[in-house]
Amino acid sequence: MTDQTAPAAKQPTQRTLQIRASLRRRHLSEQIFRIMGIIAICAALGFVALLFTDVLRKGIPAFHQATLHLDITFDPEIIGVDPAPVQIAGQSAADFNAAQLAWQRNVAMLNWNNVITAAMTEAAPEGFEIDSRALLAIPETNARHVVREAFVADPSLLGQTHRFDLLASANVDNWVKGNIDRSLDDSRQQLPADTRGLVDILVENGTITQDFAWGLFTNVDSRAAPASAGLAGAFMGSLYMMLVVIVLAVPIGVASAIYLEEFAPKSRLTDLIEVNINNLAAVPSIVFGLLGAAVFINFFGLPRSAPLVGGLVLTLMTLPTIIIATRAALQAVSPALRQAALGLGASKTQMVFHHVLPVTFPSILTATIIGVAQALGETAPLLLIGMNAFVASIPGSPVDQATALPVQIFLWQGNENRNFFEARTSAAIMVLLGLMILLNAVAIFLRTRLERRA
Amino acid sequence: MNSMIIAGLLLVLLGLSYQTGWSKGRGLSAANSGVNVHSRPQYHAARVAIWTLVPALVILALWMAFGPGITRGYIVSQIPVDILTALDQGGLTATIQRIGALASGYGVAGEIQPFEQSAADALRNFQTITFLAMIAAAAGLAILALLYARSRISPRLRARNDVEVVITTLLIFCSAVAIMTTIGIVLSLASEALRFFSFINPVDFFFGTVWNPSFSTTATQDYGDYGLLPLLTGTLWVAAIASLVAVPIGLMTAIYLSQYAPRRVRAVIKPVIEILAGIPTIVYGFFALVTVGPFLAGVGNVIGVDISATSALTAGLVMGIMIIPFISSLSDDILNQVPLAMRDGSYGLGATQSETIRNVLLPAALPGIVGAFLLAVSRAIGETMIVVLAAGNSPVLRGTPLEPISTITVSIVNQLTGDSDFAGPQSLVAFALGLTLFVITLLLNIVALYIVRRFREQYE
Repeated sequence: MTDQTAPAAKQPTQRTLQIRASLRRRHLSEQIFRIMGIIAICAALGFVALLFTDVLRKGIPAFHQATLHLDITFDPEIIGVDPAPVQIAGQSAADFNAAQLAWQRNVAMLNWNNVITAAMTEAAPEGFEIDSRALLAIPETNARHVVREAFVADPSLLGQTHRFDLLASANVDNWVKGNIDRSLDDSRQQLPADTRGLVDILVENGTITQDFAWGLFTNVDSRAAPASAGLAGAFMGSLYMMLVVIVLAVPIGVASAIYLEEFAPKSRLTDLIEVNINNLAAVPSIVFGLLGAAVFINFFGLPRSAPLVGGLVLTLMTLPTIIIATRAALQAVSPALRQAALGLGASKTQMVFHHVLPVTFPSILTATIIGVAQALGETAPLLLIGMNAFVASIPGSPVDQATALPVQIFLWQGNENRNFFEARTSAAIMVLLGLMILLNAVAIFLRTRLERRA
Repeated sequence: MNSMIIAGLLLVLLGLSYQTGWSKGRGLSAANSGVNVHSRPQYHAARVAIWTLVPALVILALWMAFGPGITRGYIVSQIPVDILTALDQGGLTATIQRIGALASGYGVAGEIQPFEQSAADALRNFQTITFLAMIAAAAGLAILALLYARSRISPRLRARNDVEVVITTLLIFCSAVAIMTTIGIVLSLASEALRFFSFINPVDFFFGTVWNPSFSTTATQDYGDYGLLPLLTGTLWVAAIASLVAVPIGLMTAIYLSQYAPRRVRAVIKPVIEILAGIPTIVYGFFALVTVGPFLAGVGNVIGVDISATSALTAGLVMGIMIIPFISSLSDDILNQVPLAMRDGSYGLGATQSETIRNVLLPAALPGIVGAFLLAVSRAIGETMIVVLAAGNSPVLRGTPLEPISTITVSIVNQLTGDSDFAGPQSLVAFALGLTLFVITLLLNIVALYIVRRFREQYE
């Protein structure tokens, strides 16, 4: 053999050449395949990166908002109401209350825009000619309420000058941030030319600055004053729903997992329940919304738009997740633990509740948090039970009208003031994603911590 | 106020009964020295507490179920007969509501008639008396049950077994919730869909090619057209484009991560890709609407193809991104389940890694991957928010994915949003669509789970 191959090494035969060529081809295709894999991973990672940078790029500007720092004088001539009533000796509480209410009504009837116009004229440079309508386009329409409420809370302001931080209107915010093309002609601008000129001057002299938009977190949604629209109402609605989910889904989910895994006899019925739970996990979320609309609202007559109903629908949706995760956790418990407990004379219930369940606690907790995070981001079923109604108040209980964070995102993205609300929506998305990342981080933290201890 | 009283009553009963059971249970071993006590004191306590609370809860449940009806009957009996006979059904309901509002102290709009005032006064007394009677009955019955349960406590009493029976019953009840949910879904969808089919012929629904629900008044009896096919084709377009995006990327990702990537790379990349599955779909929808759609339209401009910003392509592309992790995770699991011997045999014969994957691993894993694919498709078909925002909401039969379309889920949202009474086919059609969607996704899931299970059994 060596005799034959030795010369072949010097002078490659036809056969070897063929094999070499084919090897080269095969190795090339190996390389290509590997590169395709890397490309696929890069594409997937690229999508993650693109999504997050896109949301961040659009949303971060919305956390700062054009704010107007105005010295507002509560000029008695403009306000022209009597001083607030003081309780005189001998006056009954009811009479005083009536006087108080009458005074408040007078205050409310005033045109507080006059006060603001005066302050704005004061802030404008000497001799700047501008009519009051163009002037009032600068502060957001809720500015007069802010000033009025400050006066009602402290009537001694009459005659004094006080510095207010008022939100500038959405259009001014757009103009200041450069979201509007400045070269467009007047007919296509949202603000009159005078207003735009004055805004530029006010930015120049520091009357309008970009401040952190606390209102995004503390205000409720608003249509009349879009610049003051905030997430507080939606956040409370989501919070109530998550409370309902936690209170209902966790006990029911864990209990049914325990029954199916530890107590249920192996029968047709338990097989059926198992198949059923697996299928329920894959039912589209919108079908749960239909169930909520037909059963909870139409049949049981629960109120529409209430976080209670939303929570119930989301509970039914998260239940399969929690059941499946808890069953997996129970299956992972070593049989030795069960046998030891039974061997020492514990009953089956005692074995499960005193020995098996505590061991699975970290996994159940993680599954719960992940299920809640999922429920937090769900939108479609909530649209069908009326949670997309416009609600301009913070819900005080789970049966009050409310909306939810993802639904608020849906509502804001549909707002006509596209320029302003695109950033606002992205900011709301950042808040929602932030909450979800927080929940997941807590889940991972608790799991590693508790597992180390166990 | 009332609910606080009830909660307080229940708490007091709970504390009282548990304490009673506990102390008597504890005293057993001391009182009967030498006798083995069957149950520990906390089981005696829990047993007494259960005995006490169940009757109270039953009374409360009865009151909640029948109280409103009894109150209504009482109000009707308080309305003078001559007025009662003059009222029609709507007027009667309004009067009852007025009297109820008067009694609760909220006041009503308009003139208060003398009979309304007297009825409201009587009603207020009646409500106070019935509430007190109910509380007294609940408390009395609970105390009786407590005394009975306490009297039964003895060393031989198997309190633990009794408590465990209750616990097991509760567990069974909880696992029934999942079944009840499915039954609820099927029943509510089917019954409302049947009502819809009493308006619209099922043949027109399933095979109609025009979707044009009219919101005109029912006086003309013209409900519009409810053809499913435009929505179904829209849904299929989106699902097909989503699969075209997700299957190659997801599958290649799974292959690379399970076969090529070092363990540490895998440990980082896998969770990052799975982030895509955790992002709320409304976020994807917004991303599709404001970023992907305009981008695709711009690309279309450059290459000279007319692409609409909101289209099946936009929605499908973004949905494809969303289901990448479903395909990659499931395929990854399945590739890892193929026996190592098959892979090693292929290497032994001199095949390269990619040849092994293509010719040995993938054919062996094919059923499982098909199952994963079907699960992902069912997810895409049922997805709502991405298509609501980015598909364009244009329910017309189309042969190209570059134009706006509408899907089953979009039409469900459109038909049911803001509508509370399910009187006409306009809103009832949502349930027929929901039923169609439910059946399609259920079939896909059953087939997929069956294939995956068969695949697992093959290699076990």
